[in-house]
Order: sequence, then C-alpha cells, then structure tokens
Amino acid sequence: MAVTNDPDPKLAEYAHPERLVTTSWLADHLEDPGLVVVESDEDVLLYDTGHIPGAVKVDWHTELNDPVTRDYVDGTRFAEIMSERGIGRDTTIVVYGDRNNWWAAYALWVFSLFGHADVRLLDGGRSKWVAEGREMVTDTPTPARADYPVVERDDAGIRAFKEDVLDHLGLVSSGGGALVDVRSLPEYTGEKLHMPDYPQEGAVRGGHIPGAASVPWARAAAEDGSFKSRAELAAIYEQEQGLAPSDDVVAYCRIGERSSHTWFVLTYLLGFDRVRNYDGSWTEWGNAVRVPIAQGEERG
Amino acid sequence: MSLPPALAELVDDFAALGPKDRLQLLLELSRELPELPDRYADAADSMEQVHECQSPLFLAVEVAEGGDRPVHLFFSAPPEAPTTRGFASIMHTGLDGQPADAVLAVPDDFYTDLGLAEAVSPLRLRGIAAMLARIKRQVRAATG
Repeated sequence: MAVTNDPDPKLAEYAHPERLVTTSWLADHLEDPGLVVVESDEDVLLYDTGHIPGAVKVDWHTELNDPVTRDYVDGTRFAEIMSERGIGRDTTIVVYGDRNNWWAAYALWVFSLFGHADVRLLDGGRSKWVAEGREMVTDTPTPARADYPVVERDDAGIRAFKEDVLDHLGLVSSGGGALVDVRSLPEYTGEKLHMPDYPQEGAVRGGHIPGAASVPWARAAAEDGSFKSRAELAAIYEQEQGLAPSDDVVAYCRIGERSSHTWFVLTYLLGFDRVRNYDGSWTEWGNAVRVPIAQGEERG
Repeated sequence: MSLPPALAELVDDFAALGPKDRLQLLLELSRELPELPDRYADAADSMEQVHECQSPLFLAVEVAEGGDRPVHLFFSAPPEAPTTRGFASIMHTGLDGQPADAVLAVPDDFYTDLGLAEAVSPLRLRGIAAMLARIKRQVRAATG
C-alpha cells in the first residue's frame, strides 16, 4: 500500500514536495504499513540515547562505506543492510538525523545511488523533532526481515569522480555548467590555518576548484533546522549566485557529506535538472597532483 | 611506557569486548562525564576548544602546585554529542588526578588499543587523539 505524501503547503512550493515530510506528518504516520524511519547521524551513539519510535539506525561511516576501498558498499552488502532493517524495494523510507540532516542527506544520496524509489527527508531532522517535545524512545526495534534485491549501484547520474570534474571545468568556464563549494569560507579561500600538533584532515593544498561558487551548505537551513522556503533558496542559489536550473552542476565539500545536503536542495527543492555530488571532494582534490586550484574569495 | 592504572584498566575493558559492546561501554561512559564545577560552568571562553572533535568540546586543565603535580581535567560537551562525551569521559576516568609526568608519558596512540576504529570509524577517533595532544600541551606549559 502506497504511503501518502505530506500535503503541507510549505513543502508544496518545492519542485519535488514528495521528497520531504514534516515532523507533524511523520508523528501521524509512524504506524503506516510500508514506511520505515531511518536515523543517520554524525554521532554514532546518538541514536542509542533516544530516537523516534520505531526508527532504525544506519551509520554512514561504518555501514554505508566500504571497509577497505574508499567507496560505498556494493549491491550485496546494501541489500543486507536494508533487509535486516525490514526495508524492501517498495518501502517508503523517511530519513532524519543530527546537524540539520547533514548525514541523513548523505544516507539518502547513497540510497539513491542504488535507485531506491521512495526515500524522503524529515524536514528539520532530529533537532526539530526534539525541540517540539515529540516522543523519543530508547528501545531498539526488531523489524521482520525483508527481502531487498541485490541491485548494482549506478553512479552515473548523481555522482561525479575527479575525472568528471576535470572534464566539467571547461563547461564551467563557458557558463554552461557550475561548481558549488559548500565548505566554510576559510576552507574555500585556502586561508584555514594548520596549527602545530593539530593536523587538519590531511589536504596538502588549500583553496577551491577553479570556477566554484562558495555557498556554505548551512545557508539552506532555517533557524529551526528545516529548509528555507523555496523563494529564499532561489534567492541564494539562483539570484545571488547566478545558477540556473538547466545548469549542469557539481557540488563538493570535504568528503562528500555536506555537499549531499546541497545536492538535495538543488535537485529536489529547486528542481535543477542535473546535479552531481563529487564525494572525493577536497580530501581528494586538495591532494591530487597537477589539478588546478584557485585561492582567495574570487571564483578563479 | 606504561599507562596510568585507571587508563590501563579502561583499555583492557574495551579490548575484552566485541565491537557492539564497545559502543555500549562508550555510551555508559558518556553518561558518567562529570558536570562542570561552577567556576567553569558559565565561563566557556576560559576553556580551550578542541576543534578536531566533530561536536563542540571544551577542555580545561589544572595542574596542582607541589607534590607530584596532579592534573585535573574538566570537559564540556552537549548531550547531543554522546561520542565526544564518551571520549572525554575516557580521558577523565583514565587521567584525572594523575601526576603530570604520568599524563605526559601516555603514548599518543594509546587509543588504538581501545579497538574503537571498527565500531566508531577512524575519522571519529581523531577527536580523542587531539584531546590528549591538547591536554599534554597544557600540562607541559604549566610544568615546563
């Protein structure tokens, strides 16, 4: 049985309102057959301190990443992760997490690499649910095992590799494509300092990919952690930064998590046609030999 | 190089468990992190921020005068950061009250023996390494 969409008027303004649910909608639909709530956090212990009733946990780092190669899990492992949580191919998944859904958006993006059809974000994430005083429980659910099929991951549509970004640079300079750097401004300019004894996360060069617009990811979030309205988002990405929905866009950050959040905003809230997340991001680009880098506040 | 007894005991406790139970132990430790005393409670700016932790963590180190210069540690991290609180609690349980020399003698990579890399991820473990480095730096500054 198909799970309904949230008819909330704020969501209705977005290009793909079916990709979001509000906290009040979720509170009313927790018992819906065919719906599974997934928590995915930066903090690996946070779920265990309390979570939305019935929610299962997926850890982005220890479960969605391949333990050896720097890549995501394969179809067999993914099917196992989903099946043991009672998620089938037709299940409606609602993902939420800490830090403005930063890691939840990352999990949603990985689920999308496997072509899972109906996966939604909880607008405002964990912090909004908690702030509203909604029910939290500590007992871990024991879902009946599902039979998720082994589906090969398809990276072509929404994932960019370093070679893709190099190919993309010409399109960016000719105005037909765009790059969005979603890190903080000091990371973008390359000014972020390394203190003695305290290595940052090993990039040997600071700066950004030439042509990239600087739009820190959190600018898409409102005070309460929910997404800003469509008009506010359009004012930032389209009017201020000059991006167009028909642009071919690549977003990146440090390891690909924050840029998943921006990928979600551009794709589902503003309806951009083609947005890819470059998950190699700065930990790859800032260490790669002979790739071009720009420093300072200019796009370069 | 040897660990102070309380820290050695914690490392043994972790090493004896499987990955899932290690997370549970870390969760228990996160609940046991002591509240800040009044003199720090409203004075976060007098504490040092550990930027390498993925959540805000503030640290204060006091080295007593006289004797073997025992070290006292104070931490502040929000409840929505249980992993960071758990790491802080390991440092507190293992090192609070230890002589300065013993704190400085803790191997910088002692945390690898906790066996948390698999359960927590190596990236998240950076926070605990940074905490120890900053504690040692402050102890060195106070005793040097």
